[in-house]
Amino acid sequence: MFIAAALIILSGAMGVIVARNPVHSALFLVQTLFGVAALFVLQEAHFLAAVQVIVYAGAIVILFLFVIMLLGVDKVEDLNVEPIAGQRPLAVVIGAAGIGLMLTVLVIATDVISGAHSSTGPLGESDIDEIAKSIFGDYVFAFQLTGVLLTIAVVGAVVLARRAATDPEPIPESAYDELVAAQIAARESTLTAEGGDGTAQDGEETTDDGEDSADDGEAET
Amino acid sequence: MSVFAVDPLLAGEVGLEVLAVVLFKVLVVFVLLIVSVMLMIWAERKIISDMQNRIGPTRAGPWGILQTLADGLKLIFKEDLIPDNANRTVFKLAPLLTLVPAFLTFSIIPLGGDFTDKDGVISLFGNDTYLQLADPPIGLLLFLAMSSVAVYGIMLAGWSSGSKYPLLGSVRATSQMISYEAALGLTVAAVFLQSGSFSTHTIVSEQSVWQWNMWFTGFVPMAIFMIAATAELNRPPFDLVEAEQELVGGFHTEYSSIRFALFYLAEFMNTITISAIVVTIFLGGPNGPIFIDAVAWLWPILWFTVKLFALLFTFIWMRATLPRFRYDQLMDLGWKVLTPVALGWLLFLGARDVANDRGWNPVLVVGVAVTAFAVFGALLLRAVRMGKQVRELEEMRG
Amino acid sequence: MMFAQVPPTTDPPVPTEFSTPDVDAWLILPLLVLIGGAVLLLMVASLVKSLQDGRFAAYATTAIAASAAICVIPLWARLNADGASSTFNGAVGFDGFSLFITVMICISVALTALVAAQYLIDEGFGGVEFYVLMLLSAAGGVVMASANDLIVLFLGLEVLSIAVYVLVASQLRRFASTEAGLKYFLLGAFSSAFLLYGIALVYGATGSTNMSTIKDFLAGNLLTNNALLLAGFALMLVGLGFKVAAVPFHAWTPDVYEGAPSPVVGFMASVVKAAGFAALIRVFVVTFSTYASDWQPAIYALAVLSLLGGSIAAVVQTNVKRMLAYSSISHAGFILVGVQAATDDGVRAALFYVAAYSVMIVGTFGVVTVFGGEGDHAHSLDDYRGLGRRRPALAFALTILLLSQAGVPFTVGFFAKLEIITAAVGAGSQWLGVIAMLAAVIAAYLYLRIVVSLFMQDADEEAEPVRLRTPDTAVAAIAIAVAAVMFFGIVPGPLDDVARDAVPVLVTRG
Repeated sequence: MFIAAALIILSGAMGVIVARNPVHSALFLVQTLFGVAALFVLQEAHFLAAVQVIVYAGAIVILFLFVIMLLGVDKVEDLNVEPIAGQRPLAVVIGAAGIGLMLTVLVIATDVISGAHSSTGPLGESDIDEIAKSIFGDYVFAFQLTGVLLTIAVVGAVVLARRAATDPEPIPESAYDELVAAQIAARESTLTAEGGDGTAQDGEETTDDGEDSADDGEAET
Repeated sequence: MSVFAVDPLLAGEVGLEVLAVVLFKVLVVFVLLIVSVMLMIWAERKIISDMQNRIGPTRAGPWGILQTLADGLKLIFKEDLIPDNANRTVFKLAPLLTLVPAFLTFSIIPLGGDFTDKDGVISLFGNDTYLQLADPPIGLLLFLAMSSVAVYGIMLAGWSSGSKYPLLGSVRATSQMISYEAALGLTVAAVFLQSGSFSTHTIVSEQSVWQWNMWFTGFVPMAIFMIAATAELNRPPFDLVEAEQELVGGFHTEYSSIRFALFYLAEFMNTITISAIVVTIFLGGPNGPIFIDAVAWLWPILWFTVKLFALLFTFIWMRATLPRFRYDQLMDLGWKVLTPVALGWLLFLGARDVANDRGWNPVLVVGVAVTAFAVFGALLLRAVRMGKQVRELEEMRG
Repeated sequence: MMFAQVPPTTDPPVPTEFSTPDVDAWLILPLLVLIGGAVLLLMVASLVKSLQDGRFAAYATTAIAASAAICVIPLWARLNADGASSTFNGAVGFDGFSLFITVMICISVALTALVAAQYLIDEGFGGVEFYVLMLLSAAGGVVMASANDLIVLFLGLEVLSIAVYVLVASQLRRFASTEAGLKYFLLGAFSSAFLLYGIALVYGATGSTNMSTIKDFLAGNLLTNNALLLAGFALMLVGLGFKVAAVPFHAWTPDVYEGAPSPVVGFMASVVKAAGFAALIRVFVVTFSTYASDWQPAIYALAVLSLLGGSIAAVVQTNVKRMLAYSSISHAGFILVGVQAATDDGVRAALFYVAAYSVMIVGTFGVVTVFGGEGDHAHSLDDYRGLGRRRPALAFALTILLLSQAGVPFTVGFFAKLEIITAAVGAGSQWLGVIAMLAAVIAAYLYLRIVVSLFMQDADEEAEPVRLRTPDTAVAAIAIAVAAVMFFGIVPGPLDDVARDAVPVLVTRG
């Protein structure tokens, strides 16, 4: 079971990097996350497993996919062009060094788990109870702080999303009124110029005019 | 490993016959679901026809009851088309991704069992068991997890078709589903608060005979759950996903043959599953009075079926009655009405429990809660209106 | 396999008695004021339209920050009477150190709000949310300073950082601002991950995230193999080193300082840096004190690199904001010298330096905000030419603040540098003291360059002079900063005494 989960995780992780299509990468990521959920089940942390699926697979990767799809980057990328010259060999060297370091630490550290274990053996109660006690006991402050963090995230998202699309120079209210007035004047002059020029067009013009005056009313308020 | 350990069937040595019972249960649930989907589609067509002064299917079988079977067979024999632009692997994967969660969710529903004095345990070929396929300790969280996995099916179906309308449809569907999942989760949390457990079996046994969660959570969570579930299912009046006038067929426009049938199947299966979930968590599941002792095992199943039918009828009724929402109305309803109300109600239920524990004056607690609701509701309304004004002003400025 | 070996289910587990932790809300009063004030401000402003524009939010922010700082006074009295304590099951500490940093952060917030008041209106962005984010970010800084638990520390860091990412990118119309925000966010998220991984390793090695428990564990047990612990140290140092912008984790600083709106830069340089150093001191100097000989060399190296790298790179810049960015790296090096000493004197010197630097840099960026003119772009040395004639008072204020940064006598910067070097020598790292002095000399050249272009050179005749505004609130903030710099430059005693009392302590629950 552990081996199966590990295989799922590792193959998924490899897939994330190797897949050329971002959407496929995201799907491999989901596979990895499911593997991790399976590991949680193995550890009898059912709640964490469920939350892992709900939060990571259900929300986070969905958002990844959203962005990938809406930005239209879901095409296979050309990997032969290097944005920064010499980046790739450097990455290989650093990556190899990192893996080497980790392996060394692993080899040295097989017998290091020397700390006082906060809990040993099977939990006395269900994992949900234990988590609840942790969250509302020792970590209640951290838990509440998360609320502040989420508030910031919401406010921040609003700040960054708002008015991003407007033009660089905001038009002052007065200028807007002038603009509307000028437009109305222009429209009126064309109307008088056209006179009774065809009935079909006439109908169109009236509706346009109606919209304009409505706009005007809003601008004044 | 105690994944399914809560079921008494699995206590002690596990013999061949126990495995046989488990397999039998899997088979029963599977067949049950498929058959009920068949009947559900037929019933929906018949009832809607009736409401619209039409006759509906009549040809296949008595009262046209085999119509679905005929449609299914026809679909299977159609040509299986995959568009040129499609991303083939994902295109094939997507229908399965919608179907599997629907099945898995149904496995946690208690279908029967006497909860009055036997705690839902029944005897099957000499083995004690529950009448439900699995009772994982995370219970309803599995339902939430599966509904979030189901999003993938729809999203990927739309994307992998390599065409505009399906993509738009799937983006709509996904944002709709994850928006309403918030309200859904909060109402389910109200049930957790009431029952003190995630396990569907415990939730049902807490609601023995008439003590349904519907009363104790005060109707509001159930109403919100029903609305959010309708949105989650992409059923009318929330079927913007496949709004024909705008999107052709939505996310499954490019699908044909058996793959389309799978989507169709999953959609109705999800309807049944969600109705069953509502029965389980709000309407007491198989709980109900038992009249004739000789067939005591029959009554819970009967009650469950009756409740399920009542809910399914409600869904069909809603579909026949209500016009489709506009997209901004949909999002407004989800984020500005359902989610705040569900959250407020959850807080209220929590306050009620704390008040019970500490022996506070219930009248006072309710009074304070109502005042708080009114004040914050008014504030929220005002803020929303202000935001709208500001937005309009900004739009005018261009 | 799934169904095998299932133990017979026994009775449902009886929930053991659980009691929520004792909470002494008074101890976190400043924090509550900051967060509550921010939320209230957000709510009021979203309900009353007339308050959304204009200076209301700025004044409210100043008031909130000031009242949070005032809340500290009774707490300080209580501290002197009862001694340090902790609350929330030992997750939040209450000692002189946390109170000191709290006051400093609040002062920086109040000054920044005053600087930003008119700037935001003129530049047409931000609104109420800007101030709300600033307040919440400051709350994160306060949490970092008083954290007694590594998880709380991490969350405080995230609260602080995420708000600042948004603040940096908030000037949506200027591309540089958005770019800076993105850069800061990506690298910052990376460094947070480093910190979290470090915390995980330390937890693995010691079995707790509570700092006092870790300290006791490390003091009471001899680890057979401390590779895990040391790896944790390293990763945490990387994470925190990024926040305080120490070389070699400084690469983001110049770009972000240049791109971000000027008041935000002042905020970052004061609050973020102060909180980062608070965390660094609490984690390394206090919690890991038993292993001082292991981490001291690493901080030594960081200090040397930051001192020299920051000063030298600053000299060749032509953009004032970039110059100040590099000089802030050099200042970080100075504070690291104090941290490296790992003595009470070192902590006191670091605190003194952090306090002095915060006030100086907020004031400096106040002037820079005004000098940036419309669009916040005129920051090259050329743009600053002749400003001594056009805006003599502000130019004079900037001169004083820069001289203080350079460490000229009769300014607070002088005593700050003096104490740091004394502490370093006292702890036996004379060479570090020498390097620090060398860096100070190099950096002095850079500050003089700015002063020279202000007063000694005339502006280009042909070039259109940048339109400048002198908003009264910003002037008030700058005046306060200058007054503080001068006052504590002549009478450093009071600040020194407070810093001496503000020793960090870890208290186990209760």
